[in-house]
Amino acid sequence: MNAITGHWTRIGTISDIPVKGARCVKLGTKTIAVFRTVKDEVFALEDKCPHKNGPLSQGIVHDNCVTCPLHNWVISLSTGEAQGADEGAVRSFSIKLEGDDILIDIRSVSG
Amino acid sequence: MTEKLVIIGNGMAPGRMLEHLFEREPGKFDVTIFNAEPRVNYNRLMLSPVLSGEKSYEDIITHDDAWYASNGVTLHKSARISSIDRDAKTVTSENGITAPYDKLVIATGSNPFIIPLPGHDLEGVLTYRDLDDVDAMLTAAKTGGRAVVIGGGLLGLEAAAGLKMQGMDVTVLHLMPTLMERQLDDAAGYLLKRAFEERGIDVLTKANTKEILGKDGKVTAVHLDDGTEIDASIVVMAVGIRPSVEIAKQCGLEIGRGILVQDDMRTSDPDIFALGECVEHRGEVYGLVAPLYEMAERIAENLCGGDALYTGSVMATKLKVTGVDLYSAGDFADAEDREEIVLRDAKAGIYKRLVLKDNRIIGAVLYGETNDGPWFFDLLKKNTDISEMRETLIFGQAFQGGAPLDPMAAVAALPDDAEICGCNGICKSTITNAITGKNLTSLDDVRAHTKASSSCGTCTGLVEQLMSLTLGDKYNPAAIQPMCPCTDFGHDDVRRLIQVKGLKTIPEVMHELEWKTSCGCAKCRPALNYYLVCDWPDEYADDYQSRFINERVHANIQKDGTYSVVPRMWGGTTNSTELRAIADVVDKFNIPTVKVTGGQRIDMLGIQKEDLPAVWEDLGKAGFVSGHAYAKGLRTVKTCVGTDWCRFGTQDSTGLGVRIEKFMWGSWTPAKVKMAVSGCPRNCAEATCKDVGVICVDSGFEIHFAGAAGLDIKGTEVLGLVAAEDEALEHIVALVQMYREQGRYLERIYKWAKRIGYDEVRRQIMDDPSRRRHFYDRFVFSQKFAQVDPWSERVSGKDKHEFNPMATLGLEAAE
Repeated sequence: MNAITGHWTRIGTISDIPVKGARCVKLGTKTIAVFRTVKDEVFALEDKCPHKNGPLSQGIVHDNCVTCPLHNWVISLSTGEAQGADEGAVRSFSIKLEGDDILIDIRSVSG
Repeated sequence: MTEKLVIIGNGMAPGRMLEHLFEREPGKFDVTIFNAEPRVNYNRLMLSPVLSGEKSYEDIITHDDAWYASNGVTLHKSARISSIDRDAKTVTSENGITAPYDKLVIATGSNPFIIPLPGHDLEGVLTYRDLDDVDAMLTAAKTGGRAVVIGGGLLGLEAAAGLKMQGMDVTVLHLMPTLMERQLDDAAGYLLKRAFEERGIDVLTKANTKEILGKDGKVTAVHLDDGTEIDASIVVMAVGIRPSVEIAKQCGLEIGRGILVQDDMRTSDPDIFALGECVEHRGEVYGLVAPLYEMAERIAENLCGGDALYTGSVMATKLKVTGVDLYSAGDFADAEDREEIVLRDAKAGIYKRLVLKDNRIIGAVLYGETNDGPWFFDLLKKNTDISEMRETLIFGQAFQGGAPLDPMAAVAALPDDAEICGCNGICKSTITNAITGKNLTSLDDVRAHTKASSSCGTCTGLVEQLMSLTLGDKYNPAAIQPMCPCTDFGHDDVRRLIQVKGLKTIPEVMHELEWKTSCGCAKCRPALNYYLVCDWPDEYADDYQSRFINERVHANIQKDGTYSVVPRMWGGTTNSTELRAIADVVDKFNIPTVKVTGGQRIDMLGIQKEDLPAVWEDLGKAGFVSGHAYAKGLRTVKTCVGTDWCRFGTQDSTGLGVRIEKFMWGSWTPAKVKMAVSGCPRNCAEATCKDVGVICVDSGFEIHFAGAAGLDIKGTEVLGLVAAEDEALEHIVALVQMYREQGRYLERIYKWAKRIGYDEVRRQIMDDPSRRRHFYDRFVFSQKFAQVDPWSERVSGKDKHEFNPMATLGLEAAE
């Protein structure tokens, strides 16, 4: 069953994403990067670095951050905010695990 | 006629004596050395860092084989002297070599004292004296288990710390109630004990060993007289040393505790000198390097007809255990006519003790904070009356004369004749004069010209401060840069620890080296991944998530998130089939830009990530493999047309370029490697600004390295000329392997070579065929695992997830 429970949409299972890696979810013209950390937590950010729109899904994931592949900005996975001296933030989306399933809150995406 | 000088022993003292001798009167003597050890002269003070893995044997060599050769010295290795015939004036070694002498220097050093306990001769009972002992300990450490160190003095503690760093469980047994009781009082001994216990080393004091237990001739445990039994796979005895006097005694020289010498360093036979730890002079036997170097200088002078006198030394020493600062100098035994000043801050782990007699310092012990050591030692040696500053003396130099000084000011305030390097007896003005007189700008220059900081290295900080003072902003101290904020270790430390501790995964490295973050960062992870790939080519599984995106998807990311693809064109050559295939791919995938690169390749830019596997599939059908234009690895070998076409060509430069590229593609390196082969010195392939370049000439192949044409522009250095193409390949491969093993991640060849020295590269690659061959063999071995075309792997489905979205949601789902 392609479960839509309330506003939550299932996008896959946690094993679809490599540990310390990311996958993309396409939504129209928008791309959402879904990350899996070393502790098997999942996070979702728009796949656009606040600096020069670099694809964050292609970066190196470490602790709860990702380093953008274009110019090494470090972005917090939980807040979407740039770390250190850099300033800026990318949109983050509500996401949760139910068992192995990853669910994303569509409302938060479309809003 | 040249006089014959024979030296028995090849330790640090005779090595230093020869340096003085050759400086004073080169060619005066025909020198022959008999060394019981099978090797050249090395820095024995540095054995502890070798044991702990912080240095290697190569790092601590003082005189290499070339030094003996260039000074005309005959060195017999593994040749212990069995007899001296004073009438015939000859010496004879156990392996039957007899040598005549006019002058003889006995420098047999000392032997470790072995307590004659039951079981002391079991296998696995070791001493700590020379490199063989260190090797034996390192071998034992590989199998793990517990090491029991008997003796809680300097050597025993250094051995314990080293063995712990090698991963063994360690117990130190010390007979007295506190450690280093000759230097420290109870409280300081306790601080030291606690510091060792915090490192996970068990310390038992008042521990009297009764016997060493064994099974099948091998040590198994240590039995104390209170009944305690401690399992042991090795036992290290570090309870003291005794001068080695047997050979001198046998030939009838006068002996006390050591070989007796007069102030002119002659023994009871005027043609025989004695030098070093085997000597007894005015009732003293010395075991530290500074007095031995003083003796060495006097003997060199007297061998040249001088009448220099040695009048004894006072000594200072430091414990060489990383992270534990302990300095002691002079005499600190209790006696009635002595007073003490003690400063103690247990919480901060600081303890300072000065022993005074008649208002003069005669002994100093510093623990936890040792910066004032040289200053106290200077007051001690000069016999300075300290009554004026007695109130504040213990607080150190900074407190004298009012306002506290910064450390630089303290060094600036030192008198010109203050001794900076205790090992080599180098004073401040010698260093500053050398810096200004000889335009020295680096620490290595200062070491080479003055010897300061070249032995135990503990004065390095002071020497660097002197350099800063003398040179001002021109001096840029080479402080160890941590790899990244996740660790305090520098790249070199991490590389060495990976090897000595046998660390084989990234989590293991982070755990063992106490990384501060849970899984590193984008700086350290790719570096660690490279180091592990390089060091364990057959065992390590590449950590995909620790690769930068380009190396993960085998293409180059562009500013808009699309990729560029560069297929390999061996040596920059191509043909109609390949060009046609490229044209078809460009049309089929609507590739917006096609560009010729500086490395003689064709670059297709603007490819969508999802299309990459299909692009590679089409290219692969035409015979293309990945060009690694994205890799910290071998990129391109650029060539000119050479003897195939060019009227000036001297060799087949295209052929050699293709051969190098086919041999070396797929290898990972610290940073990208670009090469070129030019067929004649007109250099159309621009080989003299590459990481490695070859200029073909009539007589062979001139190999170049360490060029740059990017952020920095730099012409190459010449490695050397070789006659045959096979040799050229072997040299180039060995050079790159040396760089792979020693370079820091992201450090290009020109920076690495500058850091370690161009001559050092030449020495290892050009002058040392066996070393070159080993580098070559290790490269060939690692290529077995590295030469896999990543494009065809991905066409067949590897890392499929990387190129497809996880889900595509309809817009209606969001509404």
